[in-house]
Amino acid sequence: MSATQGDNHDHDHDDHGHHKETFITKYIFSQDHKMISKQYLITGIIMGIIGIAMSLLFRMQLAWPDHQFTIYEVLLGKFGEDGIMDPSIYLALVTIHGTIMVFFVLTAGLSGTFSNLLIPLQIGARDMASGFLNMVSYWLFFLSSIIMVLSLFAEAGPASAGWTIYPPLSALPQAIGGSGTGMTLWLVSMAIFIASSLLGSLNYVVTVINLRTKGMSMTRLPLTIWAFFVTAIIGIVSFPVLLSAALLLIMDRSFGTSFYLSDIYIQGEVLHNQGGSPVLFEHLFWFLGHPEVYIVLLPALGITSEIIATNARKPIFGYRAMVASILAIAFLSTIVWGHHMFISGMNPFLGSVFTFTTLLIAIPSAVKSFNYITTLWKGNLQFNPAMLFSIGLVSTFITGGLTGIILGDSTLDINVHDTYFVVAHFHLVMGISALYGLFAGVYHWFPKMYGKMMNKNLGYVHFWVTAIGAYGVFFPMHFVGMAGLPRRYYTNSNFPYFDDLTDTNVLITVFALITAAAQLVFLYNFISSIFYGKKAVQNPWQSNTLEWTTPVEHIHGNWPGEIPSVFRWPYDYSKTNENGEYVIAGQDYAPQTIPLQDGEEEMHH
Amino acid sequence: MTVFLTIVVIALFGITLWQMSKILKLSQNSANNSQIANDKDNNLQGKLMLAFVIFLYLLTIYCFVQYHTFFLPESASEHGIDYDQLMLISMVLIFVVQFITQGLLHFFAYKYRGKKENKALFFADNDKLEFIWTIIPVIVLAGLIIYGLFTWTDIMDIDEEEGDPLIIELYAYQFDWRARYSGEDNVLGKANVRFIEGINTLGLDVSDNYGKDDKITNELHLPVNRKVIFKMRSQDILHSAYMPFFRAQMNVVPGMITEFAYTPILTSEEMRNSEFMVEKVATINKIRKEKSKKLVAAGEEALEEYTFDYYLLCNKICGVSHYNMQMKIVVESEEDYEAWLKGQTTFGEQLSAQASN
Repeated sequence: MSATQGDNHDHDHDDHGHHKETFITKYIFSQDHKMISKQYLITGIIMGIIGIAMSLLFRMQLAWPDHQFTIYEVLLGKFGEDGIMDPSIYLALVTIHGTIMVFFVLTAGLSGTFSNLLIPLQIGARDMASGFLNMVSYWLFFLSSIIMVLSLFAEAGPASAGWTIYPPLSALPQAIGGSGTGMTLWLVSMAIFIASSLLGSLNYVVTVINLRTKGMSMTRLPLTIWAFFVTAIIGIVSFPVLLSAALLLIMDRSFGTSFYLSDIYIQGEVLHNQGGSPVLFEHLFWFLGHPEVYIVLLPALGITSEIIATNARKPIFGYRAMVASILAIAFLSTIVWGHHMFISGMNPFLGSVFTFTTLLIAIPSAVKSFNYITTLWKGNLQFNPAMLFSIGLVSTFITGGLTGIILGDSTLDINVHDTYFVVAHFHLVMGISALYGLFAGVYHWFPKMYGKMMNKNLGYVHFWVTAIGAYGVFFPMHFVGMAGLPRRYYTNSNFPYFDDLTDTNVLITVFALITAAAQLVFLYNFISSIFYGKKAVQNPWQSNTLEWTTPVEHIHGNWPGEIPSVFRWPYDYSKTNENGEYVIAGQDYAPQTIPLQDGEEEMHH
Repeated sequence: MTVFLTIVVIALFGITLWQMSKILKLSQNSANNSQIANDKDNNLQGKLMLAFVIFLYLLTIYCFVQYHTFFLPESASEHGIDYDQLMLISMVLIFVVQFITQGLLHFFAYKYRGKKENKALFFADNDKLEFIWTIIPVIVLAGLIIYGLFTWTDIMDIDEEEGDPLIIELYAYQFDWRARYSGEDNVLGKANVRFIEGINTLGLDVSDNYGKDDKITNELHLPVNRKVIFKMRSQDILHSAYMPFFRAQMNVVPGMITEFAYTPILTSEEMRNSEFMVEKVATINKIRKEKSKKLVAAGEEALEEYTFDYYLLCNKICGVSHYNMQMKIVVESEEDYEAWLKGQTTFGEQLSAQASN
């Protein structure tokens, strides 16, 4: 570690305060991790607005299928003529909503924002290992976002084969209009996105391994960093597989190969393709697709671990078990992808194996939930908005996770596969939970990012409406799924059997509209606080981690003087000596930079 | 229902307005305007946490009471009975855990809401506790896994030799289904999309004699209490044959033949007359009648009255008309089935009829 320290010191001399920053190098092509994290956040929020708006459109279609809405015509143009939504654009909306939310909002917007912000700050580094690659990573992400948004304007419509883009539907423009230019742009955008994600992840891993400050051993890392670190590793392992899946699909589409296509007769014509298998694509896709769930979720869990401990004024319960759970989840996440394919036609024996590994993942997840609950027990809970969202996350993580026991069981999956039961499950466990993690992170680290405080009362309104709304949307949805209602149906009116579900669909849509409206409160709070928020103090939440030892004003290199050394783990909240006094008299927290006090014992947590 | 909706909307907006007005009030007396939660906030938010878990419980109860009719009726297939049993056990387990953990989470949030003079307990570790809540899920899940795997193996063990199963091909294309009965020899003739031509829409190999007696239909008729093995084939892209009443689903994949088997145990008639279905269909028809009134008033055609029939639907996104890719399934007695089948023409007859034209 001393070598690292020396290196950082040199870096300090080379870089610090010697070069002038222009507007462009400071705000646009910035190599400073704090600025890049803000760029990620704002791009993510904009993509989020698009993604959520899309979901509102198709929810309205589902609730009132025979109603005409002028808004369709305004927003969808020729696909919404006379206020009637075209079935093909319905599928496109569903597809792009999924893509944007999973990749652009919850992968880049969440992990990109907070990995960039917190890794250097919490491990005590001046910046990322490579500021340049970090900048490239953001700009590739930006480029891929632009291409994805542009694909919405493709003549025959954007990609509409579902966010999982299973071929042959995604490979054959004859099968659906969106599989033409729209799908090409989708694939290009995702290929660039993957490159961006890999550059980012490699940077995170190298930074965590090499640039920790003196005394910051792995077991003294905050759980946020553990989560980001492991997330980056899963990303490096699985994203390249998606790239190869996409490349083979591009070849099938454009160069006449037959990786995924065989024996196809479409539009009165036999295709020459022979010997390929769509099941191969499913394997490759879900080899990324499932770890992706944890790429989305682990950062959120890391963020809440930190926030719950800080606001409970208690150490996180079972630090080592939490780290072990993160590692176990990460490992298992790469060997469970087949549970998306129980009825895909793959060998049923494989189904048994994947059931086994899938249900195993419930164990570390259960340990994490219990540890969160125990952390609250006998705490002195400070209900800042970030804390509310963190508790909300634990709640939705449990609710959504439990239904995973049904879906992960190959037998039970048979009859709920691809129904609204699945939609409800994954929205709660990864969608809503990860969004709560994102919100919690924004509320908690806003003072660090912008030097201002967000309005807490608006935060409370935001949380409660969202919490009630999210359950209002997704809890009844399980029951709709149990009725056997398939997802991705433009309308259910062709099956009279589903007529009695109409009211529930209306209810769900109304909740969705209200919940989305509540997000405007957040947007207002976010933007107005950047400009008019109350000025933040250095350590508003009285937290132990290193980022709160940096000055409120951002400086390149983070700390004005030397990088602080670390003497303890980050969770010494309310630690007392034998006489019952706090180890540091008068304050219930002991930041990592404070050496052990006289007579204090270091915990072997 | 609409009344309930209106109440919910009004209540939520009420809460929003109430909170908004509080914000204004609070921001006016800005003595303590640090934007960090104070004891007053903690107190209020802690209580709201308790209220929230009560909301969650009520929502659960409401959904079960209001939506219990959404659950599928008793299984119409043999293996479905085991399926339902396993589902019930899993559901009960899930709701017990859900009830307890959500209760603890929100109750602790309420009970330990912060106060200035309070001191949190420094409690970082407890091996025994952690061991207990690791081992409990391990045991419970082991049970579930083993139970699930046995059922899975039973369902997926498709043996053409055992008993006298009926062999039927399910053929999917954008956007409809066909069933091909294997005829007297109970063997399906060879087929490939490359043979598709004219009336040979399923691409049967004309030179294969096993195919001559095959019968192609657009309704699926099944004799009750006889095992059926479905061989599934797709003409163009991925589809999924989902038969919810039989707890059966399998993807239909171009380039390969997928299989699923089950034994229907309730005829369409029996299901139609079951207490559950009579009630359900009555509700549906009530809804349809009301809708028809509006339609007629607007000068459109009224909706037909609904009678229940089993159906098969496509459950893998397959294009613009995915939402309407369905086939009627009829389960009937052996005699009715034979009579119906006799009325269908064989592939050989179709060919010669065309040749003589």
